[in-house]
Amino acid sequence: MSQDKKFGPSPEQILYANILNKGMLIGLGVLLVTFSLYVFGIMDPYIPFDKLTISWSQPVSDYLHELNIPTGWAWLGMLGYGDFINFIGIAFLAGVSIICYLAIIPTLLKSGDKIYAVIAILEVIVLTAAATGIFGSGGH
Amino acid sequence: MIHTSKMMAGLPAVAVLTLCAGAAFASGGEAAAAMPQDGSPWWYWPIILLVATFIMGVIAVLGGVGGGVLFVPIISGFFPFHLDFVRGAGLLVALAGALAAGPGLLRSGLASLRLAIPVALIASSCAIVGAMVGLALPTNVVQICLGVTILGICVLMLTAKKSTLPDGPESDKLSSILKIYGVYREESTGETINWKVHRTPIGLALFVVIGVMAGMFGLGAGWANVPVLNLLMGAPLKISVATSKFLLSITDTSAAWIYMNQGCVIPMMVVPSLVGIMLGSFVGVRILKVVKPTFIRWMVIGILAFAGLKALSKGLGF
Repeated sequence: MSQDKKFGPSPEQILYANILNKGMLIGLGVLLVTFSLYVFGIMDPYIPFDKLTISWSQPVSDYLHELNIPTGWAWLGMLGYGDFINFIGIAFLAGVSIICYLAIIPTLLKSGDKIYAVIAILEVIVLTAAATGIFGSGGH
Repeated sequence: MIHTSKMMAGLPAVAVLTLCAGAAFASGGEAAAAMPQDGSPWWYWPIILLVATFIMGVIAVLGGVGGGVLFVPIISGFFPFHLDFVRGAGLLVALAGALAAGPGLLRSGLASLRLAIPVALIASSCAIVGAMVGLALPTNVVQICLGVTILGICVLMLTAKKSTLPDGPESDKLSSILKIYGVYREESTGETINWKVHRTPIGLALFVVIGVMAGMFGLGAGWANVPVLNLLMGAPLKISVATSKFLLSITDTSAAWIYMNQGCVIPMMVVPSLVGIMLGSFVGVRILKVVKPTFIRWMVIGILAFAGLKALSKGLGF
């Protein structure tokens, strides 16, 4: 990244910002649409609303057990339900940063900025590992 | 014009009073949470949440704090949701705010990707550890730690000084190797400011602690990022605030995934909170010009102190 000699953000910074912006808008847009489908009853929820309001005061382990809710990426198999379809937008918003990092790695390598390319690769590994659920799924 | 300005200046006070009244009203939900919510329609608490987070969004902008640091203590203290879900929602709220602000801050050059990338790696890795520890600990222990942390944040807000332009620190060896420096234009004076950082190893080490706490409590870490970047490492205040805001989009991502995979995200909580905070921030920016930030800051410290004591008392079983 050649920020030291010139005024203004580097090309990698602008690229990161542009992808971040688009990702945020897409994620938020999807979330608002799916939430509307959920709350207006257009899609049936997995957890009835009245049961949800009783259960959200319980620890997550009890909540998952009593309502028989799967964890991790199992929501992908439940997109037919109004509550779980919201995880598309939530997961997208949580994953935008990974996309941004992947986008700037080639540019960092091309400009010879190996240290930052390695740091960016490590960050992608960390965020992806967190996303996969290898650090555990299921409540305490 | 004067009449309109007075009205606008009075709005934050009304907002804070409404939040306090709403919180007092909502705290009745704690008792109701012990038994089925008979009588109250399912949309009752999401709407209260939407209104409360809208007010938080306004106050956060005016008080110069992140929405995350208000969300977890207030919602966990006065709403019927379990702390597990409040933390999951809090991280997503802070994340969404950072995603919304990040592009503009990066494009303007106020947020520095070069400064953020090494810090983010440390903070995001440690946030995973914090999230796992936080979810493994008994709830009352987390409540006590949260209460102590929130009270500590109040002390920090009362005592921490800000350095708009730290006296030109020389780069240390690490920041020279990483080329962490930059240039930005200070709009208020038209000056072009060259900035560098120092004490980089100590700063990076502190982000270990910051990351763990962010993950454990579901708080945004802005309250800690800014003092470390500004006072310790010597980055100008605007660079520190902007980079901190952008940093949250990475730090909170890693912790948010842990909470999501462990089932701690309820869309009926998350979406109204996201919408409320973002709309509130939008309004807060609009009225920032006509209100006295100092007054709002004192109110924020007061609300946080009350919420911190509430978390502490909940954890201790009072």
